[in-house]
Amino acid sequence: MSEPDRAAEILAFLRRRLNGEYEVDEFGYDPELTDKVLLELLRPIYHHWFRVETVGVKNVPEDGGALVVANHSGTLPVDALMTQVALHDEAGRALRLLGADLVYQLPVLGHLSRKSGHTLACREDADRMLRKGELVGVFPEGYKGLGKPYADRYKLQRFGRGGFVASAIRAGVPIVPTAIVGAEEIYPKLGDMKTLARALGLPYLPITPLFPWLGPLGLLPLPSKWMIGFGEPIRTDEYEPGAADDPMLVFNLTDHVREVIQQMLNELRLRRGHAFV
Amino acid sequence: MTRTVLVTGVSRHIGARVASVLATDPDISRVIGVDTVPPSSPPLPSLTRDGGGSLGRTEFVRVDLRSPDIAQVIAAADIDTVVHMSLVSAPSRSTGRALMKEHNVIGTMQLLGACQRSATVRRVVVRSTTAVYGSSPKDPAVFDEDVEPHDGPGHGYAKDAAEVEGYVRGFARRRPDVTVSMLRFANFMGPGVDSPVTRYFAQPVLPTVFGFDPRLQFIHEDDAVEVLRRMATEDHPGTYNVAGAGVLLLSQCVRRAGRFSLPLPSPAFRVLGEMARSAGLVEFSPEQLRLMSHGRAVDPAKLAAELGWKPKFTTAAAFDDFLHSRGLGAVLT
Repeated sequence: MSEPDRAAEILAFLRRRLNGEYEVDEFGYDPELTDKVLLELLRPIYHHWFRVETVGVKNVPEDGGALVVANHSGTLPVDALMTQVALHDEAGRALRLLGADLVYQLPVLGHLSRKSGHTLACREDADRMLRKGELVGVFPEGYKGLGKPYADRYKLQRFGRGGFVASAIRAGVPIVPTAIVGAEEIYPKLGDMKTLARALGLPYLPITPLFPWLGPLGLLPLPSKWMIGFGEPIRTDEYEPGAADDPMLVFNLTDHVREVIQQMLNELRLRRGHAFV
Repeated sequence: MTRTVLVTGVSRHIGARVASVLATDPDISRVIGVDTVPPSSPPLPSLTRDGGGSLGRTEFVRVDLRSPDIAQVIAAADIDTVVHMSLVSAPSRSTGRALMKEHNVIGTMQLLGACQRSATVRRVVVRSTTAVYGSSPKDPAVFDEDVEPHDGPGHGYAKDAAEVEGYVRGFARRRPDVTVSMLRFANFMGPGVDSPVTRYFAQPVLPTVFGFDPRLQFIHEDDAVEVLRRMATEDHPGTYNVAGAGVLLLSQCVRRAGRFSLPLPSPAFRVLGEMARSAGLVEFSPEQLRLMSHGRAVDPAKLAAELGWKPKFTTAAAFDDFLHSRGLGAVLT
C-alpha cells in the first residue's frame, strides 16, 4: 500500500472512532478496536517474546458455532490473550471467551474484556453465543488451573460440573480440545500470600521468582517458548438437545475431553523441548 | 364491534401519542384518557411535532389513580381495553419519592382492582421497563424475558416496576379470560422524549463512571407508540422486551453527540449525581447510576416473532434521530 493510501486509511479510522460510527454487538464486542488496537499491542509479544507456534489450526471450524476448551495456567490469563491472537490471525476467527465474574466487577478490565469479545461465564450467554454461530472459548479449570503451583505444571485440574459440555450439546456444536504449552512457565508460582489475597478479595496472590521482590517489574512474564495445539473436533450433534440434562452423559463427555487435552499437553510438551530455548 | 379504550398516563408524551393514534382507529368508538394532571401542563414545545401532543378526540378525565374513582370511570364507560402507561420513572422535585411510589404501585393496584371487578374489560396492556432486570456484573450480558436477574432491583423506579409486574401477574392469574400484555421498554428516545436520559445527553459535558463503558439500548418513540397500538388492538398475551436492535456503548453515544465525557471514580459520580439531583439539574436515581456502570441489553426477538414486525429504528438510529432533532451531532463530519 502506498504512503498516501495508508495515511488516508488511518484518518478514516480516526474519524470513525471519534464520531462513534462503529458497530459493537449486543455483548459489547468491538471488532475494529480489537483487531486494530488491542491485538496489535499483543502481536509483538505473541511473535517475539513467546514465539508462539500453532499446531492443527485446520481443526478449528471455518465458520459456525464451536466450543474451544483449553487448559488454563500462568497465574495471569495471558494464555487467553495468546489463544485469541492465534485464532484471530491464523484461523480468521474471533474468540469469544467466557470469563470469571471477578473480571466484570473491575473497572477498565471488565469493559476491555467486553470490547475484545468476551463475556461472563454463564449458561445464558454461552447458549446465546453458540446459537449465533460464534467460536466460544472456555477454561474449565478456572482459578484452580490458573493459580496452581509450579510443581503441578501441565497437570490438568478438575473440570468443574461440565457446564460447557451441556452448552455444546444444547447447541449441537463441536468441541475443539486445545492444549496450551508455555504459559506454565511465565510466572512460576512458588508460593501464595493467602492472607493478603483474602484481604484483597483475590483468589490467590502468587510469589514468583520475580514477584513481589522486583515490584511492578516482577510482572514481566518470563520469555518461555509457547505452542498451542488444536485437536480434532469432538462432535456433539448426535445427541438430542435434551441429553444436556443427563448428568452421566455430561460427566463422561467432560472426562473424555479432559483426557484428550491431557494427552495433547504431554505430546506437545515433549515436542517443544526446553521451556526457554 | 365498537370498542372503548382507557389510556392512563395520558398527560405525558408517549401516553398522549398512544391515545391520539388509537383515536384515529375507526374500530375504536371512544378513547378515554386519564391522568392526575390535565394534558396541557406542562406544555413541552417539542410535544407538538407531528401533532403528538394533541389528544385528538380523546376524552380527558382527571382522576387520581390512587383513589377508587377509576373504578367508576371503567364501569360508567363500559371499557373493554385498558392501556396502563402511568408509570412515573423519576420522582418530581416538589413531591418526592414517596408520592411516586404511591402513584406507581397503589395506582396500579386500584386500576387492576377495578379491572378485576369489571365485566367488560377484555384486554389489559401494561407499560413496564427493562429496568426490572437490574444492572449487575453477575448477570448475563443479554436478557430474555425468562431470565431471573441475580441482583433484582432494590429501589426506585425499577423496584416499583417489579412490584407492578407482580400485581399484573396476579391479576392475569385471577382473570384468565382477560388478555394481559406486559411490555418491558428500553429507554425511550426521540425528538419529543423528555426523560432523565435525554436530559443527560443534552448536557454540555457528560459525567461518566471511570473504567466503565455500559451498553445502552433505546426504543424510538414512534416504535413504542406502534407497539402499544398493536397491543391495544390485537391479542398478544405475555411479557415482551421492547428495544431497538443492537446496542450503543455510552462512549459511542458521547462521541456521536459531539460531547465530551468526564470520567469520575464511581464514589465521586454518585456524589455528583446526588448534587445534580438536589440542584434540580438531571435526576439520577441509584439504579441509573448502576446502569451507567454495568449497562444492560435485552433480546427483543420474542416481540418481533409475535408481531411479525420489527421496530423501524435500531438503537443507534433512534439515538441519531434524537440528536438530529436537538441539533446535536459529531464534531468531525
